[in-house]
Amino acid sequence: MSALTFEGVSLELGGRAVLSDIDLEVRQGEFVGVLGANGAGKTTLMRAVLGLVPPARGKVSVLGRPAMRGNPDVGYLPQAHGLGHAVRLRASDVVAAAMNGHRPGLPILNRAARREVDRAFELVGAERLAGRCFHELSGGERQRVLLAQAVLGSPRLLLLDEPLISLDPHHQSEVVHLVKNLQRELGIAVLFSAHELNPLLAVLDRVLYLGGGHAALGSVAEVVTPAVLSRLYGSPIDVVRVGRHIFVMAGSSDIERDAHRHRGETQAHAGAADGAAVGA
Amino acid sequence: MLDYAFMRDAFLAATVVAVVAGATGFFLVLRGQTFAGHALAHVGFTGATGAVLVGVAPLWGLVAVTVGAGLGMGLLGERWTQRDVAIGMVLAMALGLGMLFLHFYTSFASEATSLLFGNVLAVSAGTVWVLAALGAAALAALAVISRPLLFASLQPELAEARGVSTRLYASLFLVVVAVAAAATAQIVGVLLVFALMVGPAATAQRLTRRIGAGVLLSVALAVIESWAGITLAYYTDWPTSFGIVAASGMVFLATVLPSTNHRHGRAPRERTS
Repeated sequence: MSALTFEGVSLELGGRAVLSDIDLEVRQGEFVGVLGANGAGKTTLMRAVLGLVPPARGKVSVLGRPAMRGNPDVGYLPQAHGLGHAVRLRASDVVAAAMNGHRPGLPILNRAARREVDRAFELVGAERLAGRCFHELSGGERQRVLLAQAVLGSPRLLLLDEPLISLDPHHQSEVVHLVKNLQRELGIAVLFSAHELNPLLAVLDRVLYLGGGHAALGSVAEVVTPAVLSRLYGSPIDVVRVGRHIFVMAGSSDIERDAHRHRGETQAHAGAADGAAVGA
Repeated sequence: MLDYAFMRDAFLAATVVAVVAGATGFFLVLRGQTFAGHALAHVGFTGATGAVLVGVAPLWGLVAVTVGAGLGMGLLGERWTQRDVAIGMVLAMALGLGMLFLHFYTSFASEATSLLFGNVLAVSAGTVWVLAALGAAALAALAVISRPLLFASLQPELAEARGVSTRLYASLFLVVVAVAAAATAQIVGVLLVFALMVGPAATAQRLTRRIGAGVLLSVALAVIESWAGITLAYYTDWPTSFGIVAASGMVFLATVLPSTNHRHGRAPRERTS
């Protein structure tokens, strides 16, 4: 049984086609990097796996069952959270909010639930952050804490939507290796979306490129080629390898780095007060 | 002081309302929706004066209109409620309409003042029971929705993925806020509900990072501040609402001033760790 399959799936947002006729299969325990320009459909694809965007056509299956909301087998780290306006809560309370969070009642944890929260903090090596105030944490520390929230309840498929945004290279590689260790230790499949391929090169098993409504899934050698990417982007693309880095170029500019920088700037503006972005 | 029946009723009414306002206010501040509480109370003024005009107790008009407005705001969604201009216009119209209703009513001035600024010393024993019933209903509803509400407030996207309807809980919460605001307006008036719904909650969130302790502290502060206000009014003959607002404001300022210095000294070190 695969962790995830798309069979002839088309996804639409407000009547606009985002992805058309996608077929793909992610195996259990696999680390897949999800790449593509802004608006290529990375978030929409994850939302379809979560059952939040029903496919216009085709079938999305998670671990052999149709994708549906509230599937406890799927862990999710969204790109945006509701913690923007200086929420003064300890990190452990923020994480614990997701524990049985769909059930009505008082947010009081029983012993088993508290153990599960502690276990999640241990898994991501964030025990010493649990008692700290969430809004005083650095960008990298926040991602670590939110990862603990994503692995609550032992999911078998982990969806991480742009967890590297607004992190400097050092913290990026810290988060990437943390996720790799989690994936290996727990034997779970991971979909990790990013603007740039290079931070993920050392850890990913396969790469999923989205562009022009299409998708290409395969090893880096198969997918990150001028032929495949030119077809996805609909314009001539060059792939330049320098040492262990790969640069995807359209004309004379590095499209991934440009997209990332642009995104990074808007984030830095939005989050200037929290000091999340450390100078790159 | 407690030898007088009207003083005992005032303390009882203020205590009941402070408990509800403190607990509801904690979530209001957490969600960054403090303005919604303020707005609902304003809109309630139209309901209260309209009720007076047709011969119904103003409290019922207040409750009916705030609950309706809360439900409407919740169903319309956050995009609408975050538009300052739209909210400002609705508030101005609500107060204006309320004034028009009062114009048609004869005992204009005293009624207006107590609706706008509250008069807890005039609360009757019967009203205390009504407030207790409203407060119990609001607290019970808040207890039932609190876990999904917290989840939806802190991680809306994840909550949606887990099957929590963020809009449903936002709407239910605004109904609870509406009832709490209507009850609070009986004590401090529609213009000053901020003092009991937001002041204690914001202070509590500066003093503790724990959710449970935060709710309890918010409730305790609201109760103590309302008692302080009534006591001040008893010995000085100044309006009770002034005393409550002054206590709420001073306690909040007392926690803000030292913590701004504290943060300047500490923030850089925490970031690099």
